[in-house]
Amino acid sequence: MSKRSSWSIPYVVFLVLFVVLPLVLVLMYAFQDGTGHFTLKNIGKFFTDKDALSTFAVSVEVALENTAICILLGYPAAWILSNKKYNRSAVTIILFIMPMWINALMRTLATAQLFTMLGISLGKGTLLFGMVYDYLPFMIYPIYNVLNKMDKSYAEAAVDLGATPWKAFWKVTVPLSMPGVMSGVLMVFMPTVSTFAISEFLTNNKIKLFGTIIQENINSSAWNYGAALAFIMLIIIGLTSLLSKDKEQAEGALI
Amino acid sequence: MKKILAKVYIWILLIILYAPLVFIAVCSFTESRVLGSWSGFSFKLYQNLLTGIMPGEASLIDAVDNTLFIALISAVLSTLLGTVAAIGIYNLKGKYRKAVLFANNIPMINPDIITGVSLFLLFVFLHFSQGMVTVILAHVTFGTPYVVLSVMPRLQQMNPNIYEAALDLGATPFQALRKVLIPELRPGMASGFILAFTMSLDDFAVTFFTRGTVGLDTLSTYIYTDARKGGLTPELRPLMTIIFLVILVLLLVINIRKEKQAKKLQYIKK
Repeated sequence: MSKRSSWSIPYVVFLVLFVVLPLVLVLMYAFQDGTGHFTLKNIGKFFTDKDALSTFAVSVEVALENTAICILLGYPAAWILSNKKYNRSAVTIILFIMPMWINALMRTLATAQLFTMLGISLGKGTLLFGMVYDYLPFMIYPIYNVLNKMDKSYAEAAVDLGATPWKAFWKVTVPLSMPGVMSGVLMVFMPTVSTFAISEFLTNNKIKLFGTIIQENINSSAWNYGAALAFIMLIIIGLTSLLSKDKEQAEGALI
Repeated sequence: MKKILAKVYIWILLIILYAPLVFIAVCSFTESRVLGSWSGFSFKLYQNLLTGIMPGEASLIDAVDNTLFIALISAVLSTLLGTVAAIGIYNLKGKYRKAVLFANNIPMINPDIITGVSLFLLFVFLHFSQGMVTVILAHVTFGTPYVVLSVMPRLQQMNPNIYEAALDLGATPFQALRKVLIPELRPGMASGFILAFTMSLDDFAVTFFTRGTVGLDTLSTYIYTDARKGGLTPELRPLMTIIFLVILVLLLVINIRKEKQAKKLQYIKK
């Protein structure tokens, strides 16, 4: 069957054209001025642009808070759902991931409208609530998957050997479920930084996130600056995925 | 006691998660143009939506048509490209295989906005005018990796000798492909297709950057433009309610059937 390796050629060509080349273009536009000459001005502009810098800081802050809240709310939920004592049906987990299938913009608009109706003014609080609401399923699902596949006898062995159930949970179950938490973090953190539209809807245009300024620059034909901002985001993605990979391997080594 | 606490916690989360969806569903049964105000029970919005007669908002139907058309075409293309690619990648070795799988992961790790902006720059760079074709190409770009990753495990589970046996017994390579390989891969192709289809249905950011300025709208971009203009088209409420119910019923039926089958299997094993 080894001749079949040539079957990968169409997709390799496709990947080069539609995945690799576009990223090279982001890099190219980021380091070019309007006339096509090399420049560091676009990147430099970001570090002197107060508006962009504060948007960036707010985005990272909101994303960190969102990720933390999602772990705090999602981990217990995933644990309960994966525990046969409390939940015997796979249907409950389906109920948790179901809202992901409904158009995110529509859900966000409905959430914002509910807040307005209840007399809660739109701002940082509603933004965080809406973000948690949008991303909680993405945290619960990977943690649930890991916990569900985990061999329960490890925790039982710890208890048999004299650990309290609480200690067994912290020393055995939590470390073993870290890969799930890590993929949850990846699925929540970066998308929060990069969303646009959702933050405007939830705060009535009061708070912008990083994705929005990329979109604004691209849409107002400031392609080079927009590409520079996208490039900065790419670097952060690279860093977070590297960090989480190292962590996962370290966890694996411990086991 | 612990059990009750656990149940209560799960139910509170579910109630919060579903509140906005229920809110839309309730508001779909009133005529009021403003979301959240109640002007008496009515099926008018459903009637408007299903007959396609909407006061000044006929383009909603076009947006729904476009969304379904783009999702269907791009999912079919993704499935074809991804299946062929998976067979190829499965037969690759070492560094080369790793490199292709790495590139395959990029569209899945990248946030939508990066995929959207980078493809936008590509089409600008190539002077390719943007519209339906570029949106479909973009959706194939983020849909195919899911097909590849769904089909690969099936290939790994498969006994490669079956295919060789078919050839030894006189099948042409094409016959062996159609009669042996494809049936083995079909479940993987199906779940890849469903993933690509739903990712396409749900996409906003990538479509937003690759649709150009020809006035092409999908449901997501339609809602975005609509919300920026101020009021949401009221007929969106019954539309969302119908989509919600269809997905809920589909998921529940599929999973209850799965659970029953699993129980049956357990019973047989005993």
